[in-house]
Amino acid sequence: MFLKNSEQSNNKATAELKIDGSRVELVVSGDWSINKAHTLASEIIEQLPKDITFLGFDASALGSYDSSLISLILRVSTILQHKNVSIDFKTLPEGIDSMLFLATAVPSTKTKKNISHINFVNLVGNRTINFISNLKEYVSFFGDITIAFVKMLFGKARFRRVDLLSVVQKTGPEALPIVALISFLVGLILAFVGSIQLAKYGSEIFVADLVGIAMVREMGAMMVGIVMSGRTGASFAAELGAMKVNEEISAFKTFGISPIEFLVMPRIIALVCMFPLLTIFADVIGMLGGLVIGVGMFDLSYEQYSNRTFLALNLVHMATGVGKSIVYGIIVACVGCRMGLSCENSSSGVGKATTSSVVQSITWIIVADAVFAVIFTIFDI
Amino acid sequence: MSKNYSTVKSSADEVFRIENLTMAYDDYVVMQDLNFSVKQGEIFFIMGGSGCGKSTLLRHMIGLLQPAKGSIFYKGKDFTNATIEQREKMLREFGVLYQGGALWSSMTLAENIMLPLKEFSKVSNAEAEDIVDLKLSLVGLRGFGGFYPSEISGGMAKRAGLARAIALDPLVLFFDEPSAGLDPISSHRLDELIMQMRDCLGATIIVVSHELASIFDIADRAIFLDAKTKRQLAIGNPHELLKNGPEDVKYFLNRGVV
Repeated sequence: MFLKNSEQSNNKATAELKIDGSRVELVVSGDWSINKAHTLASEIIEQLPKDITFLGFDASALGSYDSSLISLILRVSTILQHKNVSIDFKTLPEGIDSMLFLATAVPSTKTKKNISHINFVNLVGNRTINFISNLKEYVSFFGDITIAFVKMLFGKARFRRVDLLSVVQKTGPEALPIVALISFLVGLILAFVGSIQLAKYGSEIFVADLVGIAMVREMGAMMVGIVMSGRTGASFAAELGAMKVNEEISAFKTFGISPIEFLVMPRIIALVCMFPLLTIFADVIGMLGGLVIGVGMFDLSYEQYSNRTFLALNLVHMATGVGKSIVYGIIVACVGCRMGLSCENSSSGVGKATTSSVVQSITWIIVADAVFAVIFTIFDI
Repeated sequence: MSKNYSTVKSSADEVFRIENLTMAYDDYVVMQDLNFSVKQGEIFFIMGGSGCGKSTLLRHMIGLLQPAKGSIFYKGKDFTNATIEQREKMLREFGVLYQGGALWSSMTLAENIMLPLKEFSKVSNAEAEDIVDLKLSLVGLRGFGGFYPSEISGGMAKRAGLARAIALDPLVLFFDEPSAGLDPISSHRLDELIMQMRDCLGATIIVVSHELASIFDIADRAIFLDAKTKRQLAIGNPHELLKNGPEDVKYFLNRGVV
């Protein structure tokens, strides 16, 4: 409650219509507050006679009031003004009168937003258009990256070595603990599940082959990809998204510095360098996990397990895993950066960009893995 | 100590009273020994050079920061040491317009205004919509309720922020740099709007600003904070301060022209 008339009463807030032919008077009385029961605008509107030509007010019994009363009067008078009814606000207290004057000073804007028809056909159409424009953006994004990459080969790309090193630090060494934990557990689980089956045939020793090949060919690179898309891809998207919201990206552009060269290239290079290293690290830790199960649960000796592992693995296995990891690195960096750069200009936009960066990079990693599986089968690798 | 240049001296109609307030971030003292009061229904400016602690003072008055020393009284009650419930009750009588509008970006303008209404009053949905319509109309944004904050201009976001600040009919309205980033015409309109808010709502208005045009146009009284001494330099009507105030204040009010 803000404005008060001279005398304070504690009456119930009511509004009634006094109808005299086509002339109508709205009698308002009592103490109006948004926190107390009062007559509603819809009740008044229902009672309005159809042939109304004039509306006056009687506020002689009005106590205190707030927005509840003013919004009611505004609503009723807006409806009547559309019907060319003349309204006399002069009998209202000055506070209400001046508020209504202010509220009606700027006419209502008819905006597209007021009308929204969403039906199934529209929805499908919109989604399709969005999908196609998204696809175009992806293609042009890869084009930009390629140009930047070629420029870099000729030493013309603009980015700071410090930035590259700091991204390397954040995506490489600082990711070691989580990668170690995840790959150790994955190795452990593989060995545990595999060895129970192998024990049925008395060939527990082959658990070393199983863990070794699975980690090196598939799980090492895959787990690094998934961990890094949640850890690093999301942080790229959030960081670049926030930079876009702050207009930092525009600031780069106005200086003629390509954000692709300056922000995206260091991130892609860092991940392309770090992913293979992290993958080799994950492979080793995963095999250690297998060793714990083999030695701990199945009476294999340390030498037996490691000999078997070295026999099972060859350089081709290593190369397939490491090769895949480079592709996964490119996927995580590109998706994260693109989502960040195409982020909407709001804080919820940053959230959306982060979410879709993680979802899309994991999806693309799995798709890429499937493609690799087909290729490796065809070429018998 | 600062001299009081205002003509009226009274304490009965005080809304805010600041006593020996010292503001600090850890060991770094921003301002010390502030003593002033804000009266019912006046437009009170907090002015001073950039980085002197104007916004920090505002943040203390709305309870976002705790004083290092001293107290803030709201309507005679201790705001600084109030319990959480007491403070929430006091805060409900405040409306704050932040620098960029600070609209919640995941909600439309209408939903931004609707949220405090639905949370802190007992109005029905239909009536809440009418009130939202009224508030948007008051700031000249009728019909923009369905827009998201990212879809409107900076000036509109500021006005929408004002509509949200007055959603619950506040008794005290705070403005943090209302004209920052606005063109002269928009900034003048906002000043008029501030005047009208005071006249229509009967609210007390506290503005942080170094916009001289606004200070001379609409301020009833102003406090001048001095970054060098970390103390208040003067308090009073800006026109009188320009004539009889301390040299540093005159220098500021003359835009550094002696």
